[in-house]
Amino acid sequence: MPEPIRAIPVRYPGRWVASAFILLLSAMFVHMLITNEVFNWPFMFENMFIEPVLIGVRTTLVLTVLAMVIGVLIGIIVAVMRLSGNPVLAGVGWVYTWFFRAVPRLVLCVLFGNLGVLYSTIDLGLPFDNYWMPLLGMSGDARFLSFETRDILTAFVAALLALALSEGAYMAEIVRAGLQSVDKGQTEAAQALGMSRTKVLRRITLPQALRVIVPPTGNETTAMLKDTSLVAYVPLTTELWFQLQTVGNRVFDPFPMLVAACIWYLAITSVFMFGQYFLERSFTKGDRQAQAGLKMLQAKTGN
Amino acid sequence: MTEENAPAADERMVVAENVHKSFGRLEVLRGIDLEVRRGEVMCVVGPSGSGKSTFLRCVNHLEKINAGRLWVNGELMGYRQKGAKLYELRESEVAAQRREIGMVFQRFNLFPHMSVVGNVMEAPVQVRRTPRAEAKATALELLDRVGLADKAESYPGQLSGGQQQRVAIARALAMSPSLMLFDEPTSALDPELVGEVLDVMKDLARDGMTMVVVTHEMGFAREVGDSLVFMDGGVVVESGEPREVLTNPQHERTKAFLSKVF
Repeated sequence: MPEPIRAIPVRYPGRWVASAFILLLSAMFVHMLITNEVFNWPFMFENMFIEPVLIGVRTTLVLTVLAMVIGVLIGIIVAVMRLSGNPVLAGVGWVYTWFFRAVPRLVLCVLFGNLGVLYSTIDLGLPFDNYWMPLLGMSGDARFLSFETRDILTAFVAALLALALSEGAYMAEIVRAGLQSVDKGQTEAAQALGMSRTKVLRRITLPQALRVIVPPTGNETTAMLKDTSLVAYVPLTTELWFQLQTVGNRVFDPFPMLVAACIWYLAITSVFMFGQYFLERSFTKGDRQAQAGLKMLQAKTGN
Repeated sequence: MTEENAPAADERMVVAENVHKSFGRLEVLRGIDLEVRRGEVMCVVGPSGSGKSTFLRCVNHLEKINAGRLWVNGELMGYRQKGAKLYELRESEVAAQRREIGMVFQRFNLFPHMSVVGNVMEAPVQVRRTPRAEAKATALELLDRVGLADKAESYPGQLSGGQQQRVAIARALAMSPSLMLFDEPTSALDPELVGEVLDVMKDLARDGMTMVVVTHEMGFAREVGDSLVFMDGGVVVESGEPREVLTNPQHERTKAFLSKVF
């Protein structure tokens, strides 16, 4: 064997200069955090864990989980509708996705908070009874059940609807890309064995699509966690962001609680991302097909 | 031909009558007439693009034919004929017809998220509602028959191409079909793996299975085939006893093709 190479490595002076510069900026930033009294750290830590704020954390987490569960279910249904050969279903699925992706979540929140003005009661019965019953010479109505709208459409329900319906549209696109990433040969093989279309979906395509669907769904969950702050405008006031703001406004010192909001969302999101990392790893381990599908999906949705 | 004089089910397994198939403006099949008898092994050869794979996919109605008639086991595939009118079959009826026809694909198409035995059990359990224990016993028997009993708990990704294709054959056999379709079953395999798949197919043929095999393996066609069909340009150019067609082709196009293959 010839003598192994012992060369002097290339030097990168630029890296040293950049490191020194960034170190300087960091020192300045930390100095500001400590010396600037606007941060009012004692006040922030005192109020960051009071009961209303903790209830706010709970509301935020419950909303996130429920909105995602409903959103994923809607997403699967809409995706299957869009991929079905039925033009009516495919059209309805397209319109749904189009509407809920086009309207901002903030606007949806306010809109759903005000839906009560459309109807003061919600009735179950036969439709258009006020037209056809007089025509048939009948009086009264054909309604069996009646609810006060404000009893059903509480702020929480309105907030949940706004977030879940909007999420459904995004999930529909993710599920659709996932289903399309499954090789067509899989469907053919299952059909050749005499399986029905629903059985092919449930047993063959959807389980394989999951590996492509799961990672972006993790991203969606993180985004949803942050978007729950929008429901303050429904208004659903028991959520985290509104509670923190209220504390600050009450004592005319808003800034520390804004920092507290950053810290709370950072903390919860970090926990989510940690879980997502392991979920993704277990779903794509050694699976070249799923990784190829992922790349395709990322190219499609651009995230 | 109408329903009354449809071919009797007892002698002929597959009857194709003037079958046409187009994809858009591209005419892939331009009038195929052929018959496969019960227990016969028919090999279909021809250049790529000749329509042989498309024809095979028409047999189990993975592709809808545009004209002509196609019967399997005396049943019109995909349609019901009443007088002069044809009615499309419901999806569940087409699925029921397909249960009697096994298909083996060029790229295996095993279900990657299921174990080998899971692949073989899937259709009997899900489609025929066979109890799991019974389906598993049958699946293990079939895997033993294709020489893969020890791989039952492996996943398709852990197997070689030849092993995957043998699992695919076992999976098709699990529905106890009366007809097996092979779509270039050895074309995606490394040369040294071709033999093991052909051996399984030879066993199957010896056991009397009716088989239609689209293939480039002329040796298999000569040795195992009862008949050989040469297709080109969407028509059957020449057919007959394999040895006869291979050694003494009558048609110019057959001669040209065979001279390139050997």
